[in-house]
Amino acid sequence: MPLLAMSGIVKTFPGVKALDGVSFEVEAGEVHALVGENGAGKSTLMKILAGAYIADGGTIAVDGKPVTIAGPKSAEALGIGMIYQEFNLVPDLSVIENITLGIEPMRGLFLDRKAALQRAVDILNELDIVLPLDRPARRLAVAQQQLVEIAKCLVRKARLIVMDEPTAALTERETDALFALIAKLKAQGVAFVYISHRLEELPRIADRITVIRDGRAIVTRPLAQLPQNEMIRLMVGRSLDAHFPDLPPLAADARVVLDVKDLTAPTNVNFATFVVHAGEIVGMAGLVGAGRTEIVRAIAGADIPSSGTVTIDGTRVIVRDPRSGIRAGIALITEDRKAQGLVLGMSVRENTTLAHLDEYSRGPFIRRRAEDAITQREIAELHIRTPSGEQIVKNLSGGNQQKVVLAKWLIGHARVFLFDEPTRGVDVGAKAEIYGLMVELLKRGAAIVMVSSELPEVLGMSHRVLVVREGAIRAEFARGEATPDQVIAVAAGVAA
Amino acid sequence: MADVVQATKAARGAHNRTLAIRVGGAVLGFLALVLVVNVLTHGDFLTIGNITNVLRQITFNCITAVGQTFVIITGGIDLSVGSLIELTGVVMALFANAVPLDGGVGLVIATLLVGIAVGCAAGFVNALPVVRLNLPPFITTLAMLQIARGLAFILSHGQPVPIASNAFNAIGTGALFDRIPWAVLWMLAIVAIFAVVLTRTRFGRYVFALGGNEEAARLAGINVKRTKTLVYVISGGCAAVAGMLLMSRFASGSPQTGIGSELSAIAAVVVGGTSLAGGRGSIIGTFFGALLIGVLNNVMNLLNIESYTQQIVLGAVILLAVILDELRKRYLAR
Repeated sequence: MPLLAMSGIVKTFPGVKALDGVSFEVEAGEVHALVGENGAGKSTLMKILAGAYIADGGTIAVDGKPVTIAGPKSAEALGIGMIYQEFNLVPDLSVIENITLGIEPMRGLFLDRKAALQRAVDILNELDIVLPLDRPARRLAVAQQQLVEIAKCLVRKARLIVMDEPTAALTERETDALFALIAKLKAQGVAFVYISHRLEELPRIADRITVIRDGRAIVTRPLAQLPQNEMIRLMVGRSLDAHFPDLPPLAADARVVLDVKDLTAPTNVNFATFVVHAGEIVGMAGLVGAGRTEIVRAIAGADIPSSGTVTIDGTRVIVRDPRSGIRAGIALITEDRKAQGLVLGMSVRENTTLAHLDEYSRGPFIRRRAEDAITQREIAELHIRTPSGEQIVKNLSGGNQQKVVLAKWLIGHARVFLFDEPTRGVDVGAKAEIYGLMVELLKRGAAIVMVSSELPEVLGMSHRVLVVREGAIRAEFARGEATPDQVIAVAAGVAA
Repeated sequence: MADVVQATKAARGAHNRTLAIRVGGAVLGFLALVLVVNVLTHGDFLTIGNITNVLRQITFNCITAVGQTFVIITGGIDLSVGSLIELTGVVMALFANAVPLDGGVGLVIATLLVGIAVGCAAGFVNALPVVRLNLPPFITTLAMLQIARGLAFILSHGQPVPIASNAFNAIGTGALFDRIPWAVLWMLAIVAIFAVVLTRTRFGRYVFALGGNEEAARLAGINVKRTKTLVYVISGGCAAVAGMLLMSRFASGSPQTGIGSELSAIAAVVVGGTSLAGGRGSIIGTFFGALLIGVLNNVMNLLNIESYTQQIVLGAVILLAVILDELRKRYLAR
C-alpha cells in the first residue's frame, strides 16, 4: 500500500486548468522525482499536498485511508512536510526557535527553553549535523537554512518531505552532503518528493520519476527505465536535439565593448579586470559566494564600486546607481526575479515598460497605446504564456516571469547585458528559448556576461570562461579549452 | 496581428468587467443606503441643500486624503498632515495680515503660494530622513506632527489669528451661481488633477512600483529617492490647500482646527480601497471613501444620533469597509 496516493486531482485557476486529473503515488522510503516544465503543474500539485491550495476535485489517501487536507496544519498532522525553494524560516528567530516554531514546548504559560534546546539538539544529533543553534536564521548560509528546514520537518514527525529545487543554490559539496542525508532518512523509511530542473542529478538520488506536462501526469517509471533524453522529450512534448544553440563565432576584429579595470566594491569585489567584445558571451563560473553576482552588480551600479573603472565602447562611464548604469547602456538581469526583477503586483505591461517608461511617454504622460503595442510585441516574440498584457505577473509561472524580466531589458538600447543565473528555476523549454535570445542579442552586437552555477551552461554557452574566486578573476579559458575539472579546481582554490 | 488586437480587446473587456464588479458593487450599495436613509429622514437627506452641505463638509478631509493616498501607495504614512493644516493656516493668516497687498485676487494667490510652500517644505523635511537614512515614515511624520503643531501655537500665541481682509470670504463661504460652493470645486479639481497624475503619468506609475517592490523599482532605474520625496511633498501641499480652505471658511488661522484630521484622512484612504501595505490604491476611491464617511456623519446628524454613538458607528464602518475590500480581493483572486 503506498504511503501517499493522490488520484484524479483537478485544480483550476482563472483562465487556466492547472491540474487536469493528476494521479501520483509515493511509497514509504522512496525518493520520487517530479519533473516537468515551469507551469506544468508540479508546484500546484505539491501545494495541494501541503494544504496551501485546496483541490477542486480528486482524492488523497495516506496509508490507504482517504484524507482531506484543509490547510498546512492538517498536512503537518498527516506527516507531510514541505520545503519550498525560498524557504520559510523567520529571519530573526534563532535556529532553535525556528525548529520548534508553532510547537514550542511549554511550562505552564511560559516557553520551556531547555526542552526546546533539547528537542533541537536531539534531532540534529540524530541527523548527525552541526548548526549554530543560537544564530538567527538570516545569518545562516543557504545550505544551513535548508538543514534547519529539514530538521523542522522531522521534529514534526514528517514521513513524507517535499523538496522544491533543493540544490538550486547549493555548491557541489553541499549537494553531496544533502544527498547523503536524504539517503540516510530514506533508510529510516522517510519518503521524499523531489522537484528539480537539474535532470543530471536525478540518477544520483531518485528511485522513480513522474513526468508532468500541461497539468497531467504523463508517465511514472523507475529511474533505470527513463533515460534522460526520453525524459526531456516527455517533458516538453518534443525532442530537443541540441541542448545549447550554436554560438556565432567571434569576429577576429570584434571591438571591445565592456572594459572593466580593477573594479573594487565593499561587497566582495577585489580588483576585477576583464573585457567583453561585441558579439561575445563571457561566462562567469565560481562557487556560491565567490563574488560573481557582486561583480556584475557593481558594474551595473546596483552596488556602488569604491574604485576601478568601467569603460563602454571606449568611453569611461561613471556608474553611481542603477539609473546611470541603464543610461550607460548596461542591463542587469538579476538572479532573484521575485525580489529584484519584478513588481509582482503589477501587470505584464507595467513590468515590461518599467525601466524605459520615458520612451513610452509624452511629457509626463504615459502613451498607453505605445505601451500596449510594445507589450503585445514582446509577448509574441518571447512566447510569454499569459492571458493578456494586463495579467498580474504574480499569477505567471516561473519561466514566464523570467521572460517578462527579459522583455523589460530587451526593449531598451543596452549594449551590455549582465545575466545573473538566467535559467535558474526555469524549465528546459524556456531555457532553450533564453539561450536563443542570447544568440539574437549577439547578432545585434551586444556584449554579454553570464553568471551561472551550472557548469555545463557556462561551458556550453560562452566564448570565454572566467573563473571567479574571492571577488576577482582567477583564470580565463577560451571556448573548448576549459574542462569541468579545471574550472572547479580554480574555483575551489586548488589550482592557480 | 489581428488576433493580437482581438486578445487585447478581450483582455480590456475582462478588465472592465472586474472594474464594474469593483466600482459597481460600491455604487449600488451606496445608492441603496441613500434611499433607505432618505426615507428614514423623511426626505431631508436628498435635498440639494443637504447634499451641497455634505460635499462642503468633506472638502478638507478629502483634499488631505488625496495627498495621503500617494504616500500610502508607496507603503508609507503621513501623520503630520493634521498639524500641517494648522501651521499653514496660521502662517497664511499672518502673511495675509502682514503684506501691504490691499485685498483682491493678488493677495489670495500670494497667500496660497506661501501656504503651499510651507506645506511642501514640511513634506520635504518629512521625507529627508526617510530617503536618506531609511527611517520609518511613521516616526518622522509623527515628529513633524508635534513640531508643526508647536510652531503653529508659537506663531499664533495659542489664539486663532483673524484675517483682516475679506478677500477670502468668497473661497470660504461663497458659491458659484450661489449654488456650488467654491470649496467643493477646489476639491473636485484637486481630485481630478491628482487622479490623472496617479494613473496617467510616469510619476504615478513609479509610485505604484515603489510600493510594490522598492528594490525592483530601484534596479529598473527609477529615482526612488526623488519619487518618495515627492509623495511627501504632495501630501504637505494638499494639507496646505486644506489649511487654506479651512482658514477661509473661519476667516482665521487656528492652531487647533486640525487635531485628529490625519486619522480621518487615513480612514478615507483605506475605506477607499487603498492598501496600507502599499502598491495598490486610487484617488477616485479615496474621494468615495471621504464621501462615505461624510454621508455617514451627515445622516447620523439628521437622525439625531448622539455624537459618542456616531464615533462607534464610524469606527465600525471603517472596519467593515476594510473587511469587505479584503473579501472582494479574495473573490477576484480566485
